[in-house]
Amino acid sequence: MSKAILYDSTLCIGCKSCESGCAERWGLPYNDKIAAEETISAHKLTAVETHGERYSRRLCMNCQQPACASVCPVGALQKTALGPVVYDGDKCMGCRYCMQACPFQVPTYEWDKRLPKMRKCDMCYQRQSQGKQTACAEACPVGATVCGERDELLGEARKRIAEKPGGYYNKVYGVKEVGGTSVLYLSAVPFEQIGLRINVPMEPLPETTWRVLELVPDVVSTGTVLLGGIWWITNRRAEVAKKEGRRG
Amino acid sequence: MKLEFPKITVWRAIFAAIMLTGLYATYLRVMYGLGGSTNLSDKFPWGLWIGFDVMCGVGLAAGGFTLVAMVHIFNIEAYKPVLRPAILTAFLGYCLVVVGLLYDLGRPDRLWHPLVMWNPRSVMFEVAWCVMLYSTVLFLEFLPMVFEKFGWHRPLKWIHKISVPLMILGVLLSTLHQSSLGTLFLIVPEKLYALWYTPILPLLFWVSAIAVGLAMTIFESWHSSRAFGRALELPLLASMGRVLAVVLSVYLWIRFLDMSHRHVLGLLWLNRTETWLFALEIALTAIPAVLLFQAKVRVRPGALYACAVMVVFGFITNRLNVGITGLEAGSGTHYFPRWTEVAVTLSIVAAGFAIFHFVAQNFPVFEAARHEAAVAGQEAREEDPVAV
Repeated sequence: MSKAILYDSTLCIGCKSCESGCAERWGLPYNDKIAAEETISAHKLTAVETHGERYSRRLCMNCQQPACASVCPVGALQKTALGPVVYDGDKCMGCRYCMQACPFQVPTYEWDKRLPKMRKCDMCYQRQSQGKQTACAEACPVGATVCGERDELLGEARKRIAEKPGGYYNKVYGVKEVGGTSVLYLSAVPFEQIGLRINVPMEPLPETTWRVLELVPDVVSTGTVLLGGIWWITNRRAEVAKKEGRRG
Repeated sequence: MKLEFPKITVWRAIFAAIMLTGLYATYLRVMYGLGGSTNLSDKFPWGLWIGFDVMCGVGLAAGGFTLVAMVHIFNIEAYKPVLRPAILTAFLGYCLVVVGLLYDLGRPDRLWHPLVMWNPRSVMFEVAWCVMLYSTVLFLEFLPMVFEKFGWHRPLKWIHKISVPLMILGVLLSTLHQSSLGTLFLIVPEKLYALWYTPILPLLFWVSAIAVGLAMTIFESWHSSRAFGRALELPLLASMGRVLAVVLSVYLWIRFLDMSHRHVLGLLWLNRTETWLFALEIALTAIPAVLLFQAKVRVRPGALYACAVMVVFGFITNRLNVGITGLEAGSGTHYFPRWTEVAVTLSIVAAGFAIFHFVAQNFPVFEAARHEAAVAGQEAREEDPVAV
């Protein structure tokens, strides 16, 4: 069983309590100026976006098979059994491949620091491992963000759609996207209208590189035999030619 | 002894200006971090230092493995005279790639982390190991030039003993490294423009690296023949031009076949920046391919050189398209390097030229110089009974 977050944008009133709760949990400054920013950054790990009269939240999707964790050369990012994708800043060498690889452009960087780290939401791994709710879910006054077991939340999301078919777009975002995410979205309108990416592949992204990486042992072994064989033949041929040339 | 001041020439002045600007840019990078020295952003985390310094740097060093394979594994002796300059270029290229990485990494002090912290599922992990191992191999392949220069025969013998496995290892590591730079971008199917994104990107990167390796060898030979007043190895380079034409044709064939299978040829009718950049890239590949198939082009040094330059620029355009421009639309942002990024890149390139010139002048790199060293070595051997 793994933890997840269900965000129901039809319930969200755009109060940004989740933002301040998140800032508090990370010990980040939060004021009116930061509240006005609608993009996530190294000092704002979740952001409420306004799309006309609707709201939407951005945060790390904590994918089931995260691209960021698969591409990290030093294993600084890990998908935990609990659900969150966690980051170890002491391992990170700052190659920023996680940022390039993330289909949701979630990881952000401390660009102005001399010894920077990557920043992203980790679905409150520490709080959740102590059995507590995520800071954003706890802060939400209207229950637009709730956290719990992924299976149960998925059931809850489908129940809400079934109970109020006119009120919802008939899909849950995050079920199949990039092989499934730990953050699930409900919306009244098609997802692209609340700023979600609908062009992401439905297969887990780590597959795309693994298909090639798994060939490496074959390439190395076949290559060694092939190159060694060619060398042996050409070299032998040259030796023979030399000898025969001398005799003649 | 008389102290001699180096003469001030136009080229030296330009070189000094580039290096000084680069030095100032380095100061900005160290003091103000990536944010204060680059135009990178959360939406566009990789820029010129990855797109050019690393991706083009590694590619332009491909002459090393191409020539090693041709001379030592396929035993084509005729190409021997250009083998050493190719190995030198590759070795310098890899050193400079590491320098570029030191600028680009957020924590360059942790460059060694992949040695002890493993994630074999990461392409970047493979890239990191390839860089480390192949740099070592190139260093060992370069060492004979140092040993010959100083007449150290015993270590020369040791190195000759391991040379065959070393060469094979080098070719394998290069193959993995060149292709893995393409594999890096397989993780961004929704970001990289469809004219470049293809599951066979690693294959295309490898084939184009072979092509640019040959082109760089022609390029270097031409320049060094002018700089050091040597005779150009024309018949050799002409035959290399013929091989280059074949490799380029194979590349274009795979490229378009793949595009037609992926049904993206229709994109060529869209009037977008990507279309024009693609056209530029293909033109810089197709034109030299057609020209090099003609014998009368291959035997004219100027024309041969022009073709090599086109291939090099076509290659650079391709790597920049995959690493930078092809990602802009998908990332929903624009990126143009800041002057500091350009300054660092230029000084890395300038340093590369300068070090090559210095080493080529002082070590047995080119055949003529090598012959002298051999003679000198023979004399040394006669004097020193241990070395026999």
